[in-house]
Amino acid sequence: MNYIEFTVFLLPEIVLLVTALAVIGIDCARRGKAATGAGGTLASASLCAAGILVAALIILIMPQEGRIAGGMLVLDPLTRLFKLVLLAMTLVAVLMLMETRPVRHVGENFAVMLFAAIGMMLVVGTEELLVLFIGLELTGISLYVLVGFARSDIRSAEAALKYFLFGSVSAAFLLFGLSLIYGFSGSTELGEIGVAMQAGGMEPLLAVGLVMTLVGFGFKVAAVPFHLWAPDVYQGAPAPAAALVASASKVAGFFILAKVLLLGFAGAEGGAAWGGFQPGWVPLIGVMAALSMVVGNLAALVQNRVRRLLAYSGIGHAGFMLIALMAATPAALASVLFYVVIYGLTTLGAFGVVTVVLRAREGDRLSDFAGMSRQAPLLSFSMLIFFVSLAGLPPLAGFFGKFYLFTSAMGAQAAPGGQPGMLWLVLLALVMSAISLYYYLLVLKQIFFVEAAEGTPVIRASKTGTWTCSILAAATIVLGCYPGILLGPIRLAVGAAF
Amino acid sequence: MIEWTFISAFAGAAVLLLLPPHRKMLARIVALAAACIGFGIALAAFFLFERGAGAEPFQFVVERDWIPALGIGFHLAADGISLVLLLLTGVIAITGVLFSWNIEKSPKQFFALFLIIIGGAYGVFVSFDLFLFLVFYEIVILPKYLLIAGWGSTNREYGAMKLTLYSILGSALVLAAAMAAYVVAGLGSFNLFELAGVAYAPAFQAWAFPMMFLGFAVLAGIWPFHTWAPTGHVAAPTAASMLLAGVVMKLGAYGALRVAMPFFPEGLEQWRIPFAVLAAIGILYGALAALAQRDLKFVIGYSSISHMGFVLLGLLTLNTLGIGGAVLQMFSHGIIAALLFAVVGRMVYDRTHTRELADLGKLRLSRALPFAAVTFTVASAASMGLPGFSGFIAELTILLGAWDSIPLLLLLVGPGVIITVAFTLKALQASFFGDNTDSPGTVPALPPISAPERVGAIVLMAIALAVGLHPTPLLDLILGSFDSALMSSLLK
Repeated sequence: MNYIEFTVFLLPEIVLLVTALAVIGIDCARRGKAATGAGGTLASASLCAAGILVAALIILIMPQEGRIAGGMLVLDPLTRLFKLVLLAMTLVAVLMLMETRPVRHVGENFAVMLFAAIGMMLVVGTEELLVLFIGLELTGISLYVLVGFARSDIRSAEAALKYFLFGSVSAAFLLFGLSLIYGFSGSTELGEIGVAMQAGGMEPLLAVGLVMTLVGFGFKVAAVPFHLWAPDVYQGAPAPAAALVASASKVAGFFILAKVLLLGFAGAEGGAAWGGFQPGWVPLIGVMAALSMVVGNLAALVQNRVRRLLAYSGIGHAGFMLIALMAATPAALASVLFYVVIYGLTTLGAFGVVTVVLRAREGDRLSDFAGMSRQAPLLSFSMLIFFVSLAGLPPLAGFFGKFYLFTSAMGAQAAPGGQPGMLWLVLLALVMSAISLYYYLLVLKQIFFVEAAEGTPVIRASKTGTWTCSILAAATIVLGCYPGILLGPIRLAVGAAF
Repeated sequence: MIEWTFISAFAGAAVLLLLPPHRKMLARIVALAAACIGFGIALAAFFLFERGAGAEPFQFVVERDWIPALGIGFHLAADGISLVLLLLTGVIAITGVLFSWNIEKSPKQFFALFLIIIGGAYGVFVSFDLFLFLVFYEIVILPKYLLIAGWGSTNREYGAMKLTLYSILGSALVLAAAMAAYVVAGLGSFNLFELAGVAYAPAFQAWAFPMMFLGFAVLAGIWPFHTWAPTGHVAAPTAASMLLAGVVMKLGAYGALRVAMPFFPEGLEQWRIPFAVLAAIGILYGALAALAQRDLKFVIGYSSISHMGFVLLGLLTLNTLGIGGAVLQMFSHGIIAALLFAVVGRMVYDRTHTRELADLGKLRLSRALPFAAVTFTVASAASMGLPGFSGFIAELTILLGAWDSIPLLLLLVGPGVIITVAFTLKALQASFFGDNTDSPGTVPALPPISAPERVGAIVLMAIALAVGLHPTPLLDLILGSFDSALMSSLLK
């Protein structure tokens, strides 16, 4: 191991770090002048965008593949693909940040966003518990700051505090669980932990470690019963921060959860087939999945604010993804990864539209969306695409995503007699998914069929906002018609990694 | 070539969405052109289809890879059953556009959504890959909602949402059973023929069949899950009612015939009688409910439940007569229901703004709108199964099939047939001929029936009459497709 090698492996992250520091530097230099001006926003955003593009380019052309320092840093097609996905999502969040009202010290806001991106990239690119934890903490702390950035808004402060308290407690759980697992296996590397688990049986302390780890991850992906922070954070945070929490952070969370479960906890699966329960992590995830689907989708039905609605629907979607993780096979992993990317893209887009509405109407109640189709047709059409994809109707990406996800889950644990053992969960998921169409339609009804009341401000989208949302919507349609574009690379990469 | 049916419809929708909003007449013409192209292709396929001994049961085959990782192919084909339903879809597409010619509120969006449903229906009828089938099957759900919620009348948001939720919950059942079948078969392929050839374990079929069949049957309006249909049909704008009753309900019946029944023959055997009883109850219940309605559109909505009960009953007889009659009934009811909804929704309601039988009776409609009165009389005669119209042949064959197969059920169906005559005559009399005095009272001045309406009504009446007088071409086509492996396994 030498430092040159380290530097090369971390080059994209280093580029982001340098960019972030430069953004802060520029912000400081301008502080004497009007630091809030639109010029500052534009300069910071362009610099961030450039940094992200350079980092992405480096990932694309970087020839190195391999692992150094016992899996501390891993570069394979899968991690590269997901680093690219995370960068793309951060880029959209950066563009959204341009759309919000300028706050003081806007440069810091951009810089912290890049810090979060670095954290998520570290999380994705490791197979070792210590780096994993550091990455998660870097992401977490950056996100706490981002959520609380609208300092004059009491809701933002409340959200940040809630997020921080929940987050730090869950981090403690995670750390405790990981230390128990280290104590059991004598290694911090996922592969070796997996070998040790397959060799040893399910000991009580190991079980405690497994549960604690899952609690920690349950918070990260907002699965019931560790979801309580999500609605308040989505609601209170500035929209770009909430978008990042809902999309990129969820992608990273699911990615590493899948890796820990499949690599590290191999051999401790247990069983959750109907009538075939066996202790292990699969039944635990099963309970979390069922609760998340039911609570998330039912609670979303009664929400009057679109960001809360997106939060609860996100909890429901986390449940959908968890059921495919239970299959614990590389094929099922590919379906989870495909779905989480699609989910991230559509949620980002939906938050993009919400950002525009928030700016124009200063609220995100359902009635604040009334009459939008007349005022911003392209944006309204994009919202239709995002929501219909989230509800899982063809020909949008969400349909294939759900179909693949549920088919993988269905194929998981065969019950006695050759029956598909997870039918009960898949059926629950399908019914919940059908119910979800109801609340998505409630929002769309406001957008398309309800006239705006007299005197409501007109929704005017900037070019950047319209273009960003339209491109995301187009991607949702294209990936729905030709899922192979994304599925091919994911399956190849998963095949190479497992 | 068969793929151009739905490609033309979707392309038409795309063109419409790109038109400038004020070009309303251009939007109508584009919609009509797209509908005509689709119908033209269906008609060409009807004539080019090779018949007789030695001809392939499935023709116009298209096979391309789509998502090879999961064994999903772009696999299209058509047999006689598909062709009959393609023709029906084409006819409804054209007449639906004609009867919506007067739409002034955003016609381009209206016709675009209309064409997406048409395209989805074409796609369902020619897909022989299970995933592709489900894609088309679910594509129609959202446009249905938007059409009703955006352009509907009475209680439209309630009707639209109810219909949408029933549709998607029905497809949730279908999806669950389809995924399970794919996984249990273990072929790694969604090809319909391959999946239908798998011998699934009886214990699996025992729950997979009812799950899938019920999912499809909800869309076909099976009692007691039919309640979405009357409210939805009443709330919908005329073209959407025509499409819902004419084509979309058939998607459910077609799915049951094409997927659920061939996949799970043993489950079918086990569940045949219970579902047939539900179908027969639907026939009787739909007729009784129609008799009790005061709103003319509700009468037709409930009569659709009754007529679709015949389709489901015919399918479950599992003999040539019953299934053949069921497919013919799909075609026949599609035409007749569309005609009835067109008269009530477009010719009458758009002019009088009421559908209450009591109010219509005072309007002397037979004098104010003689053309509408003639059309409705013809449509009623066809609907109650008068000899000479398509409904007579179709329902008679189904009854003969049922007599061979489940004769006891005719105790339920028989009264249903009689009540159908009763409610049809009652509605006809009350709405158009309510004022039977010869007193020279004032006849309300209503806008005359326009040319597109006349053309549409004449086309539909001509088809109902032509098929009734000479059903052989369609029946031969339907019966000819019973030799394929997919169908012959069904027949007992």
